Amino acid sequence: MAARPKLYYFHGRGRMESIRWLLAAAGEEGHLPLHCLPTSQDGRLLFGQVPLVEMDGMVLTQTRAILSYLAAKDNFYGKDLKERVRINMYIDGTQVLMMMIIMAPFKFPEEKQETLASIMQKAKTRYLPAFEKILNDHGEDFLVGNKFSRADIQLLEAILMVEELNASVLSDFPLLKVFETKISNIPTIKKFLQPGSQRKPPPDTHYVDCVRNIVLL
Amino acid sequence: MAARPKLHYPNGRGRMESVRWVLAAAGVEFDEEFLETKEQLHKLQDGNHLLFQQVPMVEIDGMKLVQTRSILHYIADKHNLFGKDLKERTLIDMYVEGTLDLLELLIMHPFLKPDDQQKEVVNMAQKAIIRYFPVFEKILRGHGQNFLVGNQLSLADVILLQTILALEEKIPNILSAFPFLQEYTVKLSNIPTIKRFLEPGSKKKPPPDEIYVRTVYNIFKP
Repeated sequence: MAARPKLYYFHGRGRMESIRWLLAAAGEEGHLPLHCLPTSQDGRLLFGQVPLVEMDGMVLTQTRAILSYLAAKDNFYGKDLKERVRINMYIDGTQVLMMMIIMAPFKFPEEKQETLASIMQKAKTRYLPAFEKILNDHGEDFLVGNKFSRADIQLLEAILMVEELNASVLSDFPLLKVFETKISNIPTIKKFLQPGSQRKPPPDTHYVDCVRNIVLL
Repeated sequence: MAARPKLHYPNGRGRMESVRWVLAAAGVEFDEEFLETKEQLHKLQDGNHLLFQQVPMVEIDGMKLVQTRSILHYIADKHNLFGKDLKERTLIDMYVEGTLDLLELLIMHPFLKPDDQQKEVVNMAQKAIIRYFPVFEKILRGHGQNFLVGNQLSLADVILLQTILALEEKIPNILSAFPFLQEYTVKLSNIPTIKRFLEPGSKKKPPPDEIYVRTVYNIFKP
């Protein structure tokens, strides 16, 4: 029996949240929540940084590499190279949007308004329209190959993050609204969205202070 | 016969340079359409050729690929630069991600305010010497092979070589404390496809200058 993956990170979303989503979608048997953070001198941290995931006898860092490994392992990566590259493009795009949101709480207060406006603008004019069009063009439930993939998981994650900032952001994107509902109802995802799962709440000032203190040391 | 890949980007390094490196290393001939004006960018955007309205964009195998990492991974997969199994692939992926973080500093450098540029060179040097190079030096010392993963050329080697050479342009002695990386750099540079890319007349672009910076501002500034 494989040991459960161990996740080393702050007790909050940040860069680890996408990994939690992917593990949950695959129905991985819950991972040990660890509250201790390795120091930057810890030899397991390849470039001195978290996230760090120990699984399948490997010590993995670099968020994208970890996500790619999980997706390949759990068959969420398309059936061939052409599907895979489409999935990758979609993920890279959503990741840019999610990174803006992840970094937002760490901006100075006077920059926050501008940051929020920029996030909403990019979401509504660049990213959401692109995905609405993809769904419109093929009329299928999932983004790629008529099959559930990591692109769907990550788009849902991004949509929910943007909705936390502005609840009506999908008002001009009817297909994305349908998509959001459909993906949310996939059993493993539905479970992740319920209280008591490994999903972390939006960052609060306590989380921000915690990260600032540790990362700046 | 497959058409040659076509790269859409300004005539300079930026985010497309890694793609040029990997195509060259894989021995793939490609064409380039250089973006010079805002109008050209709008034409690509209005024609729905850019998934997220941005470049780099590479026309390849009947697709219009965007997002640098996706493009690099596709080419690596196609040309056997991604290891022989999932574990090797994941190692290569981790090393590439780390190196790209370092390369990002170089990509952004020409666009910093002149007063900040010198400070940033110091920052780059520190990051390279303290965080990244020791890792790769240790890997090479550990297995004694000529390549980072699986004893064959991979995406990780190409991106690391690109980054080392770009850093050496700014900080000539940056490898002085890393004998394995020095030897590694020489060995990789002598691989025929890479050697050809490093010679004059190849599609390798020169370091960014004022003209390049101005072109980029003209095209992309709203």
